[in-house]
Amino acid sequence: MERFVRHEGLVVPLDRANVDTDAIIPKQFLKSVQRTGFGPNLFDEWRYLDHGEPGMDPRSRRPNPDFVLNQPRYQGASILLARDNFGCGSSREHAVWALQDYGIRVVIAPSFADIFYNNCFKNGVLPIVLDAATVDRLFEEVQAQPGYRLQVDLERQRITLPSGEEIAFEIDAFRRHCLLQGLDEIGLTLQHADEIRAYEERRRREAPWLFAELS
Amino acid sequence: MAEKFGYDIPFHRQYHSYTEQSMAPQTLYDKLWAAHEVRRNEDGTSLIYIDRHLVHEVTSPQAFEGLRLAGRRPWRAGAILAVPDHNVPTTDRRAGIADPVSRLQVETLDRNCAEYGITEFTMNDPRQGIVHVIGPEEGATLPGMTVVCGDSHTSTHGALGALAFGIGTSEVEHVLATQCLVMKKSANMRVELAGRPQPGVSAKDLILAVIGEIGTAGGTGHAIEFAGEAVQALSVEGRMTLCNMAIEAGARAGMVAVDDKTIEYVRGRPYAPKGDLWERAVAAWRELHSDPGAVFDREVRLDAARIAPQVTWGTSPEMVVDVNGRVPRPEDEPDPVRRQGMERALEYMGLAGGMAIGDIRPDKVFIGSCTNARIEDLRAAAAVVRGHRVADNIRLAMVVPGSGLVKRQAEAEGLDRIFQEAGFQWREPGCSMCLAMNADRLEPGERCASTSNRNFEGRQGAGGRTHLVSPAMAAAAAVAGRFVDVREWDYRREW
Repeated sequence: MERFVRHEGLVVPLDRANVDTDAIIPKQFLKSVQRTGFGPNLFDEWRYLDHGEPGMDPRSRRPNPDFVLNQPRYQGASILLARDNFGCGSSREHAVWALQDYGIRVVIAPSFADIFYNNCFKNGVLPIVLDAATVDRLFEEVQAQPGYRLQVDLERQRITLPSGEEIAFEIDAFRRHCLLQGLDEIGLTLQHADEIRAYEERRRREAPWLFAELS
Repeated sequence: MAEKFGYDIPFHRQYHSYTEQSMAPQTLYDKLWAAHEVRRNEDGTSLIYIDRHLVHEVTSPQAFEGLRLAGRRPWRAGAILAVPDHNVPTTDRRAGIADPVSRLQVETLDRNCAEYGITEFTMNDPRQGIVHVIGPEEGATLPGMTVVCGDSHTSTHGALGALAFGIGTSEVEHVLATQCLVMKKSANMRVELAGRPQPGVSAKDLILAVIGEIGTAGGTGHAIEFAGEAVQALSVEGRMTLCNMAIEAGARAGMVAVDDKTIEYVRGRPYAPKGDLWERAVAAWRELHSDPGAVFDREVRLDAARIAPQVTWGTSPEMVVDVNGRVPRPEDEPDPVRRQGMERALEYMGLAGGMAIGDIRPDKVFIGSCTNARIEDLRAAAAVVRGHRVADNIRLAMVVPGSGLVKRQAEAEGLDRIFQEAGFQWREPGCSMCLAMNADRLEPGERCASTSNRNFEGRQGAGGRTHLVSPAMAAAAAVAGRFVDVREWDYRREW
């Protein structure tokens, strides 16, 4: 998995609550059997005026000039500032793949949907929860100051504002550890293969019907 | 580094679930969690064993590819049931899938299952259907199991007293490789639906009312147990509808305690235990309920007797009102972010605040999806439709059964004829227009009365406008050409 230690980047504000994963990456792009290439279709229905289908050349599309990602001042942004319940709906990890493929490394919001939040960590994208008042303030500052950038330090669990002020954030120890090290979680779990087998043996005696193999 | 995070804690120092937890009253979720804890790590996460892994074609190809690239194999191929459902056509399948991208995805699932010896109900298998319909139908998902699938509506299976939740593709790969997941326990939430719902008010109306009450993030971080008289009174199919949309309230898992109905539902299903094993299993399943005095982190209570049929008006399932209500006015909303969201939703939906729900006229009607495509859903819709015709303003009304077996059962009961005589199309099973990955979709601006679970922008097709309703309400809207209160439906009268 991709490591995440520190990141410094331009912030783009997406000022709407309950942004769902259907909006982040519409269904027609889920037909891919790859993990990459979703970036051009991130927020496809908001980002373009024409209808997108897989295989279209993004340069032939008509961008929606009103959509925030298309505004010149936010080109190259890598930190997404969002509202409550970001990533709700479908479990599609393609939503995170699309953000990551576009270049987003950090998403900041007052709250996230559980499955999306979880999926971020598997892909080196850091979701940061801040209280609503702080997020409000960041929205105001981003909109007021072109070129607004943040530094995010996962090791110290701090965000540094352009003014030099620092904001602390919380994160689970295990998730932080895996991101900092870029660990292969499957490899970690397989270190406990003996315990998994012992559990299976015990459960097989207690509840053998759970181990009837499907055919 | 690993030691610091609890990977080498001696067993005697680990939290011991069986002795410690038997002392305090436990919730159903506590019991299911404890029974599947392989180990507890010092950082508060646990390694949780997964009994049943359901797989479909959209969220699995990258997981199989990851497994292959790492030189790994499935830990327990016999625990996996696979089925293509999202991309499959609902019209004649003999010619295969026309869209080459969809076809490749389904063929990739077929190939992966063949390579690893995984049981798959392929597209033309009579048992094929929506993964969350066929799991319980086949007895492949059982009470007391942990059930996962790369699909957020996996919560459906919690209706059987199982711990069932959706996962992303990286976790699909994790379960393939290890049969486990590293998880942190959620908080406990109890949603009580007290009293008896009125005739014509279904499980779909109950869950939409719950989401309207607590919001789409109301259950975030929680596992929801649905309880109360109204839940006990529901069939197991109705409980599946309830648990299916737990995720629309933000909860990854929804569940209902096991009772006689659960056990009768499971009895005799193809993969259900038989003989002595059945008796042992039933004895264990009888324990799958929250103990008296069990503590929930959050409790919500609604009076089910006061819930009317529900219709969503916006682009989030929480944007819902009674069928006799009106579209809310954004100017009455004090919170600016919410107000802006309402304005945007109304613009997208082509509606104005203050409009009566009964004045909204759909263009299409979709009866289907993992929420509402089981046999009793089709019966409820057919009872409304019987002897009527689809209204002139409805361009397309379609019924997509949840599985091949549901379709066959409905045909044996003559429901297909009732629908077709009324002007509905009768289709092959799959996810269909719930998310429009196949050819079934709304055109821009089209308005749909849908029994599915999400009214997000573009969900049923770019620019499409979705109103979520129950099967009986969708059927009534098809006949009346607008939303009507199915409680007042005269089942004997010609419309």
